[in-house]
Amino acid sequence: MSHALVSLRSRLQGERWVAVAMIAPATLVILAITVVPLLRAMWMSLFHIVLIRPGVEPFVGLGNYIAELTSPIFWGAMGRTFVLTVSSAGVSLALGLGLGVLMNQPLRGRWLLRSVIILPWALPGVVNAFMWQWIDHAQYGALNALLTQVHLLDTYQNWLGDPGTALWMIVIADIWKNTPLVALLVLAALQTVPKELADAAEVDGADALQVFRRVTLPLIMPMLLVALVLRTIDSIKLFNTIYVMTGGGPANATQTISLYAYKTAFQVFDFGKGATLGWLIAFVTVGFVIVYLLLIRGSARENRP
Amino acid sequence: MTAPASWRHSRSAQRRAARLVGYGLTVIALAAILAPFAWLVISAVSSQADLITVPLRWIPEHPTLARLEDLLFGSNAHADAFRAAIRNSLLVTSASTAISMVTGVLAAYAFARLRFPGRNWLIFVFMATYMLPGVAIILPIYSFFSSVGWLDTPWALIIVYSSFVTPFVIWLMRGYFETVPTDLDDAARIDGCSRLGALWRVVLPVSAPGLVSTALLAFLFSWDEFFFALILTQTEAGKTLPIAINDFIGRFTVDFPLLASGGLIAALPPVIIAFVFQRRIVAGLTAGSVQGS
Amino acid sequence: MFGTVRVGRFATVALGILFVLGACSTGASPSGAPPTPTGAQPTAAVSQSPAAGPVTITALFMTQAGYTDDEVKAMTDAFTAANPSIKVDLQFVSYEALHEKIVTDQLGGSGQYDIVLQDAIWGPEFAVAGISADVTDSIPADMLSGVFGGVLVGTQYQGRYYGIPWLNDTQYLYYNKTMLQKAGFSAPPSTWDEMEQQALAMKQKGIIDYPFVGQYKQGEALVANWTSTAGGFGMTDFVDAQGNPTFNTGGSLQALEYMKKLLDEGVTNPASTNYVSNDVKGALLSGQAAFGIVWAYVYADSLDPAKSKVVGEIGIAPMAGGGHACNGGMSLAITKNAKHRQEAIDYALYLASQPVEEKYVTAALPMWKSSFEKPELSASAPELWAAAEVAYQGMINRPMVPFYTPLSNALQVALQEALLGQKTPKAALDGVVAQWGSLQSQ
Repeated sequence: MSHALVSLRSRLQGERWVAVAMIAPATLVILAITVVPLLRAMWMSLFHIVLIRPGVEPFVGLGNYIAELTSPIFWGAMGRTFVLTVSSAGVSLALGLGLGVLMNQPLRGRWLLRSVIILPWALPGVVNAFMWQWIDHAQYGALNALLTQVHLLDTYQNWLGDPGTALWMIVIADIWKNTPLVALLVLAALQTVPKELADAAEVDGADALQVFRRVTLPLIMPMLLVALVLRTIDSIKLFNTIYVMTGGGPANATQTISLYAYKTAFQVFDFGKGATLGWLIAFVTVGFVIVYLLLIRGSARENRP
Repeated sequence: MTAPASWRHSRSAQRRAARLVGYGLTVIALAAILAPFAWLVISAVSSQADLITVPLRWIPEHPTLARLEDLLFGSNAHADAFRAAIRNSLLVTSASTAISMVTGVLAAYAFARLRFPGRNWLIFVFMATYMLPGVAIILPIYSFFSSVGWLDTPWALIIVYSSFVTPFVIWLMRGYFETVPTDLDDAARIDGCSRLGALWRVVLPVSAPGLVSTALLAFLFSWDEFFFALILTQTEAGKTLPIAINDFIGRFTVDFPLLASGGLIAALPPVIIAFVFQRRIVAGLTAGSVQGS
Repeated sequence: MFGTVRVGRFATVALGILFVLGACSTGASPSGAPPTPTGAQPTAAVSQSPAAGPVTITALFMTQAGYTDDEVKAMTDAFTAANPSIKVDLQFVSYEALHEKIVTDQLGGSGQYDIVLQDAIWGPEFAVAGISADVTDSIPADMLSGVFGGVLVGTQYQGRYYGIPWLNDTQYLYYNKTMLQKAGFSAPPSTWDEMEQQALAMKQKGIIDYPFVGQYKQGEALVANWTSTAGGFGMTDFVDAQGNPTFNTGGSLQALEYMKKLLDEGVTNPASTNYVSNDVKGALLSGQAAFGIVWAYVYADSLDPAKSKVVGEIGIAPMAGGGHACNGGMSLAITKNAKHRQEAIDYALYLASQPVEEKYVTAALPMWKSSFEKPELSASAPELWAAAEVAYQGMINRPMVPFYTPLSNALQVALQEALLGQKTPKAALDGVVAQWGSLQSQ
């Protein structure tokens, strides 16, 4: 008995060194170039640093943070970011899940879907932005042309110049481009589901939907979580698409927090506030992730038989 | 113990219906994915005048491959820059994908299989680099590369991209490794393999789908990254594809057919790679794994 | 079914081809001869500074606008041919990236640029930030007297010059001649009221649904468009002599009210709220607009059948209300920590010299007054040159303040709020004036 304990402990200790050795290269790669800038950004956010006041950099402590957190512009941007992120990440997760399942079915020609699915994701973001801007164009857009030619619409709509629709057009562009990522991750995750489990459940009388909900879904949940986090981060950071399609307008209707941070840091050149906004964005993202983890853990506890 | 005939009939009828639905959905999915792309292709072979025609003609009067030819074979400033950017992008993307996959897979395995302090929160520390928007950290990074003279070289981007992508490789592959039963590892180690050997010989082959999709993710991140490439590159020597394409955009005017042509060419390499590996993604558990025997 | 091997081989070949294409393009080949010279050969030789050995200056320009990359290269080659002791390292970025490229370079420690292309609106900002150098003493007398006044103002800050004027541009009122004639008018409008009347007549006669199209997307173009309109209502400056904002009164307020009125009347295409110059150009050149405010380049494009469906029908006139349109020019700034200041100045003065500008008139109109008295130059586009001469004389500038960018951001939102009907024009502009203090003390 004690022999087993001793060997277990020595195995664990040995494992610690193995772990360090295996993680060290990644740590080096990840942190070497970013640790200092991350800390510097945190440091800069405590000062008032503006391009047009060179050399005058007073310490303001949490002043930048307080100014932003009490600014209606900030909260307006946060609200729009929330709407964009939840809809874009949510819809692309649902669509991606469906597509992944679809690509996993034994249908003829699924190789076509599997090859084509990567196209939107492979298209450079800047081209995607201009393409959607052109498709949504109020005078020449293909969307307007299509909808009027099939008589779903009477007149051409100003999709991007109307505060009520602009944000949704951006959501569509983001969903179209990024759903393939979710679909591929789901497809890969579905490969880990042993077929025997699904077959067994079917023999027990469960229909396809129940098999999916009770057997498949819990097993691919970790991967879905990763896809959700990835989509969330990408949607929060979405910049080029919005900048090209609407410039943040009309009247700030599509100004998300990323656009606001960029304009602050790289147009107004207020570096202190830019760093502040950067860290606030990071906190918000972490907040989202924590919420997801709690939800997943909660549902996992529910689903346990 | 066989099921009654009526049950079997309705089962197969159900299956047939499900299959039809499946085909229908596939067609819809293909249409939704390809429609904007078809429009992009049409735009690439149209003239600017064609695109401002109302009512819109779906096929241009005189389709021309001039822009595509110009980008691939022409000899003017933006064509040269475009092709140089292809080379830079391929180099930067392959290198950063390789680095992040190797280091990431190693670390992911440790996270999945080994116990050590900080196992749970260390990943979040790693992810911070990706969660923080580039605007906040770009200036110090720029200063650093400027001071070592690596601005406008592929090295700067390779380092930066590797640092952003590795956390994701770790997180994705950790999740994937956790679905691989430990019996496989144990069997290998009983046979005399070290941890590393178990990883290499047994776990990796079984994880091919996860590896492929993760590598694709890494590849596409670097292929498409815009902001850091914009700030850290200056000339043909360092500019990657997204920047070269962005340079097609003028101050007051956008040659959309040219942009579309550039975009289509730029989308090719990832599509080719994905097409080649799409069978790998669904390789599934290999025969002879511990599970079934 | 493809064997993976066959597909794999095909893929490798395809990737290889792309790779080779990329590899084969090392070393840009200067191609395309520069346009045939129309003026005297430029005097390229400059006073030699007693430097030992060749000096390399690094210059940053923009792509795809004004003078093309190849034209800038040609100009530079001519300069270096006449000045063998100076080499020029040219870099090009898109206009959108230019601003942040310059700042990152100067602040991030590399400071590699000796000379950069700067937009008029960044001039005061760069001056105060210590990025651009004071070059007042280097501007030759013939430039001070020979260049249009509005251009010179656009390179000054508080009476000192922080850039060498170079790339000149302003906005014009474009109109569709055919539609004008059909509506029974013989000449383009000379006042804004006249334009409104002509547009309403066209609309009522069913010639076109939305005669006017504007650049109202949230962005700098909107502020420029508004400035050009305000010039026709008598606005000369955004601030008074003491530096207090006046744009919520007088001509600028009337201009915004006019813009809103035209939208409400159905004269202005409502799609304009997402339009920039490229879209206005598209509307004009597809025959979907009768009037539009946009820059000089549209004139040449209107005559190109690959871009225009109304070749020969588009006329160009100075801005209604006296030809006071927005200055859209760019100047050459010498960086404060330039390693080779004098050589950079020589290079800039060469590029800006009258002979060089006259050699490339198809790309951009010269900023020299006497160029407009040379019939051999204007013969290629007499209508454009005639309008330009009036427009350059009447050109006005956007606020020349160091905090222009945050001011413009605030103005963009306010202008859109007014145009979308979310606020009255007066309330919208008052809102920006209320922020003046905090904008100023950035």
